[in-house]
Amino acid sequence: MTALRLALSELVGLFIDDGNLAIFALVLIAVVTALVKLAGLPPLWGGALLLVGCLAILAESVLRATRSRRAASAR
Amino acid sequence: MVVGNPDETMSNVTTITSTVTAAFLASFVEFVEAFTIVLAVGLTQSWRPALIGTGLAAAVLAALVLLLGPILSLIPLHALQFAIGVLLILFGMRWLRKAILRASGVLPLHDEAKAFAEETDLLRRQAGQRSAGYLAGLAAFKAVLLEGVEVVFIVIAVGTVHGMTLYASLGALGACGLVLVIGLVVHRPLARVPENTLKFVVGVMITSFGIFWTGEGLGAAWPGEDLAIIAILAILALFSLVVVRYLRGSRSLVGAAR
Repeated sequence: MTALRLALSELVGLFIDDGNLAIFALVLIAVVTALVKLAGLPPLWGGALLLVGCLAILAESVLRATRSRRAASAR
Repeated sequence: MVVGNPDETMSNVTTITSTVTAAFLASFVEFVEAFTIVLAVGLTQSWRPALIGTGLAAAVLAALVLLLGPILSLIPLHALQFAIGVLLILFGMRWLRKAILRASGVLPLHDEAKAFAEETDLLRRQAGQRSAGYLAGLAAFKAVLLEGVEVVFIVIAVGTVHGMTLYASLGALGACGLVLVIGLVVHRPLARVPENTLKFVVGVMITSFGIFWTGEGLGAAWPGEDLAIIAILAILALFSLVVVRYLRGSRSLVGAAR
């Protein structure tokens, strides 16, 4: 059971390091998919939105990590 | 490969080159990390548990590939592109985030020599136990399996969608061979490999593949077809470098203000 739990956590760890980054990325993909499939957004625009969204999520994640590391080292 | 149409040929060359490069570089980083632990086991305990652990892990990984290959071939192409694209975005952004934080000095760089010293120290402390051989073999098994699972994922992910699994596998095998040859020659951890730079490049490449395929899975006809990967890659790389530069600059400003 412990081995299985360890294997599962390692598997999840392949894709998730910063939980917020993973959640934001999944929400972005879900929103873009809904816009393309339900709201009639051209798929190419969906792809472009995905790229811009990923850049924004990445920037937010590294800036947040930097702020928290600096706050921790200032204490 | 169609040779008659120059655009299509260029697109195929781009796909093959980017697939082999991504698989080679990502696998190289993973094999370097696994090699450090196997070397620590071999030098501290003996080569028997190191090789048995490595062999068993390789067998599990081979079984994983044999199991996943046929399952993936049953999934319709667009759904497969979308699912693998999503996983690649998550996987690639995780690598890229860490590489940016390391490159800008927010996180310390990964140190193979330190990892080797820690593993060697642990194995020496276990050397007196009756189960020392088993524990050493287990350490090698776990290291090869954990790093190998990432290699398997990368090979399957970058290779499956466009039927490039063979090229991706060749890239991974080339990386494995190169790490083994360098390791046999130097006989110590490969601490001088620019691991973070490689992770940065791989993070950019894998995220680009992810965005491209998720887009294709949604039905996007990217301008220039596969060549669009290069454009996405360039935007991501430029953006990441700007972020690193900004973080380095703000770090020196914070340092100067103190």
